[in-house]
This record gives sequence, C-alpha cells and structure tokens, in this order.
Amino acid sequence: MFTAERVADAKDLIRSDTGDWEVVIGMEVHAQVVSQSKLFSGAATGFGAEPNSQVSLIDAGMPGMLPVVNEVCVEQAVRTGLGLNARINPVSRFDRKHYFYVDLPQGYQISQYEHPIVGEGEISIEPEGGQVIVVGIERLHLEQDAGKSIHDLSPDETYVDLNRSGVALMEIVSKPDLRSPGEASAYMEKLRAILRALGTCDGDMEKGNLRADVNVSVRRPGGELGTRCEIKNVNSMRFIRQAVNHEARRQISIIEAGGIVGQETRLFDANRGETRSMRSKEEAHDYRYFPDPDLLPLKLEQSFVDKIRAGLPELPDARKARFIRDYGIRAYDADVLTVDRGVGDYFEVLAKGRDAKIAANWMIGDLFGALNRAGLDFSDSPVSAGALGALLDRIADNTISGKIAKTVFDKMFRSGGTADEIIGREGLKQVTDTAAIEKLVDDAIAAHPQQAQNVKNNPKILGFFVGQVMKASQGKANPQAVNRVLRDRLEL
Amino acid sequence: MTDLTQLTLEAALEGMAAGDFTSGEITEAHIRACERGRDLNAFITATFEQALEQAKASDARRASVKESGGEAGKLEGAPLGVKDLFCTEGIKTTAASRILGNFTPPYESTVTANMKAEGMIMLGKLNMDEFAMGSSSETSAYGSVVNPWKKHNRLVPGGSSGGSAAAVAADMCLGATATDTGGSIRQPAGFTGTVGIKPTYGRCSRWGIIAFASSLDQAGAIAKTVKDSAILLDSMAGYDPKDSTSLNVDNGNWVDACETSVKGLRIGIPKEYTVDAMPTEIQSLWDQGIEWMKDAGVGIVPVSLPHTKYALPAYYIIAPAEASSNLARYDGMRYGARVEGENLIDTYERTRAYGFGAEVQRRIMIGTYVLSAGYYDAYYLHAQKVRTRISEDFRNAWEVCDALLTPTCPGAPFEIGRQLNDPVTMYLNDIFTVTASLAGLPGISVPAGLDQDGLPLGLQIIGRALDEDTVFACAGALEQAADFTAKPEKWWL
Repeated sequence: MFTAERVADAKDLIRSDTGDWEVVIGMEVHAQVVSQSKLFSGAATGFGAEPNSQVSLIDAGMPGMLPVVNEVCVEQAVRTGLGLNARINPVSRFDRKHYFYVDLPQGYQISQYEHPIVGEGEISIEPEGGQVIVVGIERLHLEQDAGKSIHDLSPDETYVDLNRSGVALMEIVSKPDLRSPGEASAYMEKLRAILRALGTCDGDMEKGNLRADVNVSVRRPGGELGTRCEIKNVNSMRFIRQAVNHEARRQISIIEAGGIVGQETRLFDANRGETRSMRSKEEAHDYRYFPDPDLLPLKLEQSFVDKIRAGLPELPDARKARFIRDYGIRAYDADVLTVDRGVGDYFEVLAKGRDAKIAANWMIGDLFGALNRAGLDFSDSPVSAGALGALLDRIADNTISGKIAKTVFDKMFRSGGTADEIIGREGLKQVTDTAAIEKLVDDAIAAHPQQAQNVKNNPKILGFFVGQVMKASQGKANPQAVNRVLRDRLEL
Repeated sequence: MTDLTQLTLEAALEGMAAGDFTSGEITEAHIRACERGRDLNAFITATFEQALEQAKASDARRASVKESGGEAGKLEGAPLGVKDLFCTEGIKTTAASRILGNFTPPYESTVTANMKAEGMIMLGKLNMDEFAMGSSSETSAYGSVVNPWKKHNRLVPGGSSGGSAAAVAADMCLGATATDTGGSIRQPAGFTGTVGIKPTYGRCSRWGIIAFASSLDQAGAIAKTVKDSAILLDSMAGYDPKDSTSLNVDNGNWVDACETSVKGLRIGIPKEYTVDAMPTEIQSLWDQGIEWMKDAGVGIVPVSLPHTKYALPAYYIIAPAEASSNLARYDGMRYGARVEGENLIDTYERTRAYGFGAEVQRRIMIGTYVLSAGYYDAYYLHAQKVRTRISEDFRNAWEVCDALLTPTCPGAPFEIGRQLNDPVTMYLNDIFTVTASLAGLPGISVPAGLDQDGLPLGLQIIGRALDEDTVFACAGALEQAADFTAKPEKWWL
C-alpha cells in the first residue's frame, strides 16, 4: 500500500558495523477540533471543567439516544483539509469502531474508516539543517474522543470522566515520508503551525489536544521497507525525537542479532526515554467496523467548500514568504515569527512604520527571552506590540540608547508602564547636549593621559574612552555624540 | 351505559367531543379491563394512577378548549398503551430485558412526546419480545404474552409487539404504539385480528426508542380499525432534527385517505409470495382479497419481486449486525443490571450473560460474527447488496402498480412454546413482512378472515415510500370488504 521512495540525507543515516540504516517514519496525529460543542451532541467541550459536567445523554450512551453531526466540526475538518492542500471528498461516511472499555459508553467509537472527509494532500517542512521536504498527507478523518479513566484516585476502583467523550478529533495520517527524528518533529511543528493559523486546533500538546502516534520502521538505505511498530500517544516534540531514535535503534539491534521485528503497538515511556510493547498484531482488536446506521453519508456541497476556501487565513508558508519579501528579514527569523498566528500578528503591528529587522530582533531576542524566563505563553505577554513599538521609537529618535532601552524593557515587562513613563520617571533620557558631553570627554581624557597619548598608534583605545564616558553618564550619553567629540578632542 | 372499551378510538374521540362521556370514565373502564386481563401478561409496567390523573387533566383541557373555541388534541383523552421500547420520562422502561434493570429514563421519546402533546392517556408499558427480537413475544424477561384468541392451548400473539397487539385485541386499550424491524407490527396484528401500520422508514423519529437495528427500526401503531391506525400514526409521525434519518416531510391526510376510493388503482400480486407449505386457507384468503379489491374497482397486476427469497437471510445478517453494535452499550457500567466479576472483562461477561436472554445472545453472536474481519465482505456487504436488489425489485414493481397485496403471515398463531427452540421456523414468520422493512416501505396488516380453528388471519398492503395515502386507501377498502367483526371470546374474565 505505501511506497517510500526518498532516501534519507546522508547525515541522517544510522551508522553501524553492518552498514548504514535508514529510518522510515509515518505519523498519525490526533488533533482536537476547536468547537463549542461535541461532534455528535450539544455538550460543551471546555477544558478543565468539573468531571462529568459536560456530558449529554448521547455521550453517556443512554438507551435510544442518537447522534447528530455538528456542522461546525465538519467545517473545521474541511478547513484543515484545505490548509493541508488536500482533496475534500464530496461524500464521506461515519463508521462504528467497536471495543469494550469503561470510558467508551456506546461500546463503539464513531469514526471514518473507509471514506474519510479529506483525502490526499501535502505540506512542506524545513527540518533544521536540511532542505525543504514535501510530506504527503494520506487522509484526514473525523472521529469521537473517548472519556478518561482515572486509576489513581482509589486503590481498587477506576473513576471515569466522560467530559471528553464525544469531543471531535481530526486524525491526520501522513505518508511514510519522514526519514529522521528531526524530520518527524519538524513535521509535527509544521502541522501545529498550520492548525493554529487555521484556528482548527489549539495545538496544546500538554493538554493532549494534539498528540501523535508514530510509525517507525528501519531498512537499508533505499531498500525494502521493514516491519513497522506504532508508538502511541507521544505528546511533545522532544518525545517524538526520543521515541523515534530509541525505536530505530531497538529495531536495528534486533535485526543485527538475527531476529525479526514483530509488528506491534508500543508505548513511549517519557521517564526512561524508551518504548515498550503494548500489544502484538495477534492481540490487536477486531474492531468490526461498519457504517453507522444512525447517520447518513456526509455530503458536502461544492459551495460549502468554496465558502470555506474563500475565508481561509494566510498560512504559515505564505506568511513566511511575505515576511521575507516585504520586511526583508532573514528566513530563520521569518520562520520563528510565523509559527503562531498571534506571534505573526504581533510582529506586523510592531514592524509597521519601523525598522523590521530591529523589530524582529527585539521580539525574538528580548521578548521571547523574557517570556521564556518568566514561563509565560506568548499570548500572556505583559508587553503589547504597541508598547514595545513605542520603546523602539524612543531608540529611533535618539531619546535613549539601545542599551538603556533594554533596561526600560525589563521594567515594562516586570511592572508594566509605558516606555515614556519609565524614561521620564527614571531620568533615562539620553544626553545629547554637546557641552555636557564635552565636559565628560575632557574629564575622561584628563583622568587617563597615558591612554590619550597612545590612541593615535592604537585606535582601539578610542573604545576604552567611549566606555569611560558612557559609564560616567550612566549610559545616558548619546553614543554617536560621544564618539564625535572624542575624535575631535583626540584629533583622530 | 355501553361498555366504553368496545369503542374504536375514532368513536371514543367523537364521544368525548360530544360530551357523551369523559376521559376519566373511558380511562377507568380500560383500567378495569386491564386489571381483569392480567393473565394475558400484556403489560410490563402499569401506570394506572398516572393515567387517571392525566385523564382528569385531559377533561379539564377539553373543557377549556371548548370554551375558547379551539381544537382538542388528536388523541385528547384516549387511553392508549405504549410498547416498552419507547423511553418514557420517569416511568421504568425495560425493552423486556433484564439488562436494563430498573432503568427509568429522564427523557421522553419523540413519538410518545408527540402523542402526549396530542392528549394521549398512557395506561402503561406493554410487554414484547426482549429488545424487539422475536416473532412471538415469548423472549420477554417478563414472561410470554398470551394471545386473546385461543384454541385449546394458549397461543402466542406474535411479536415483537405482542403486548400491544394483545392489549388492543382484548379491548384493554383503544390503540397502542408498536415498532417494526422485520414485521414486529404487522405480524402480531395479523395474529390478533387487529390493524398494524408500519410507515415509511423515517416517518417517525427513532429518538428515545431503544434501538434494535437502526436502519430498519420504525415506529407505528396497532389499532382496532384502519382509521384508528391512521389517527394514531398522524399523532406519532413528523420530522425530528434529533434523528438524522428522520424525513423532513409533512404527514399525508391519512385519516381521510382511509375512505378514499381505490377505483382505478393497480394492485400488484407478487408471485414469489406463494411459498411452500403455506396453508391453503391463507392462499384462499389471499385469493379472496384479490376478488374484494377487484370488486372495489382495482386493477390486479401480477408482478415479480425476484429477490424475495434472499430477503430473510439478508435480514438475519443486517439486523443482528446492527443489534450487536447497538447493544454494546449495555455493559453494566452506567445504568441497568450489573453482576460483579473478578475483573473488568469478567464483569462484562457476567453482566451480559445474566442480562440478555437466549435469543438476544444468539443475535449478538450472529451479528458479531458477520462483522468480524474476514467475514464482513462475505456476509454484511453481501447482505447490503441483496437489500439494494430488493429495493430495486419494488421500484420495478411500482412501474406497473400502486400497491401490493400479500398475506401478512405464512400461518395462523401457534401455541406458546412450540417454536421457541426452533429459531429458523420462528424467523420464517416474517417472510412476508421483512421485504418492506428492508426497503423502508410502508406496510399495513388488515384482519381479513378466520381459519378453520376460528383464529384470525391478516392481509398486507405494501405501498411506495411516503405513499401512506394509498396504503390507507387500499387498507380501508379491504377492511370494508372483509367486514371482519369477529372478537376473541373473553376467556380470561
């Protein structure tokens, strides 16, 4: 069914005494759909509600209850399909997937097995230190999430929270086009960026709103495909890389020892950084899929799809290209600034009418650094784009130096207030008064006569004097003015 | 004073409208009949006290409507029975199964809610085959229903809506709700000398009806006359956005249709419905029916439905497949019966082994088997293809005729216990009804005669999808010609 033609970059091959190995990876990503209510019921979907407070009679599998598909979820799936450059299937179908478990009230999950709502598509990814790779999308389908079993509240009982039961998920299946741990996580990053830009999934991996099942096999470079193992529920970028790495090496060592890799489902143990067996192919469930007779085939009008297409937001790739073209910033910076819709929007406000490169540097260096240290999400930034912009304006009009600006920014970040308030209150306004600077320069030269003599032979000493004068001014002297006066006085 | 339980629904509604008697009076009369008919085991849960209160409220409502010159509900004040497959708010609902335990739904099925809105008085919840699986009402966890018609020994009333059929035939209620998956309305109607209407699939909302086989299940009514069945169906049917398979179409003018002339209509006689070992008296009743329809001015056309012989096998794949899935939710975890085991799997096994009867277990196993990997294509997909062919057969027939006339059942009611351990013979009871179920078509059974033992036999009219008007018209003509007035002797009093 699958072919995997591309051979990994030489740097991504796994070297071994018996020769090189190549890892082949395909991903099945579950993304929780952003919607007010569940896929087939009117119950709410908010995170963190009281257990079993968002459960309708349908979600609880009560007798005689019937599902009705939520059009918003269908719209979101179509929107995502369009964002993945994929074919939208005019007719798709819901099937029942059966298994017994306490957190599956109906005894089956409603999913799309044979006829998914979205067919083949592709996205391009740019793994670190590699080239652009096109990754094929096999399909996207809609399905219900199960409830949550809680085993650790009591030693001998399991508690069940059905709030998640029936919440809409999109399962996005890639083709086996990935060839290294880095490519796997770059794919996930890209997918998350696209979902966020579309507003169809919040991409929050910590809350489990985006999670990956990673299919891993190994082969000789370009050779025949090996047997794959599926690693379930890997929920961070780092874990994806670790899991692939560990699993590839595990499979290689089995083959090199003369063994055969068995097809199985494995779990990733984040604490130990390894995968371990969950169930073999023989133990796999027979899910007894069949079309759900409570639901009619899902038929999409072309006008419905066209309307969604017309309303699509700009996607990360397009925005990145535009940032490079229109703002003249580096590709790397453009990448960072387009991962999240909010970040890109912030940048566009900040860069408007200002030096875009400086704006990018301030965001990526100072703002991201401060948020990181404070453990805050970007959306919780205490400094708005407008406020940061006003600070950059004071650098541009020489009110303060770039260095003082860092101090002002720290104060804005920690305790609020505008740049102008802080500059005024703390007396940080740059000294551009030539007489005052001349006084400081003269004092510095007088204090260091030896250096003043040597400066003609060693122009680097000029920097020493700049430093002295700046220090004496507590950083407030305009550096350009200090330079000019020093050169004048030292006759350089 | 006349015995109010002898009235038809139509006459009762007229009587109450004319002020001849009140809902309270007719309800009380029926409660007495129910109490004296306990031996028939038609009810699982009686709700007599609530019924009396509802009747009181109904009489008050009728009075105030009269004062304001408004119109009373379509069922205002009529004491009726509800098959125990319909969820009823605050009233125990069992599906005649142990697995539901003392389940009391906090919600009301759309169909019964519609009927309550039209003024129904509910006398109670009627017995049936467990989860509507059966053709004799013997698989109930609450014991067999007994047919009011009797030979020497006690007979089955048919099934699965046997409680509904028995209660109507015994004058314990003016009419009753029922459900049909493969014949569960028409066959018991045929066995009890009552009228049973199964409308087009999608006419009645399935919301709140405990599911057996979702693509086949359809609610309908069992009544004393064709017109009564039309009155009932009209109060039950209608679009419901809560059921994705509900049809967004208006009800026809069914009550009037019952008296519409059938002159000029063409009635098809499917040759495949002549089956081996069919009693000659059923063949002669059918022939008699053809003559009656001719006399009414109908053209008789021979038709062929070549895939009929595959209908029952296909049904016994599709219905159990859906049932095995629909019944997965009865796991003892959230409601209903539960038998604790050593671990989770053991608890599931013990609960379901205890909770489900033999026939339900058999169908869950058949259904699980036909959906299993490796068998799905050979069984389930194949059966679906047969189903498509059967629908095509009917479509071809509609090119040359407007409705079909067939017997309802291949035999007369049989003794309790006789077929219970012979599932294949039991399944053959539905041989004439199951095709219309697979094709989603409306069908009605009309009592047409008695066999040599004095037991009732029915004839069936099948119509085009959504053409209940024609079905009621033909049934009305048949009823008039047959002039079936026989009543079971009330041996249970």
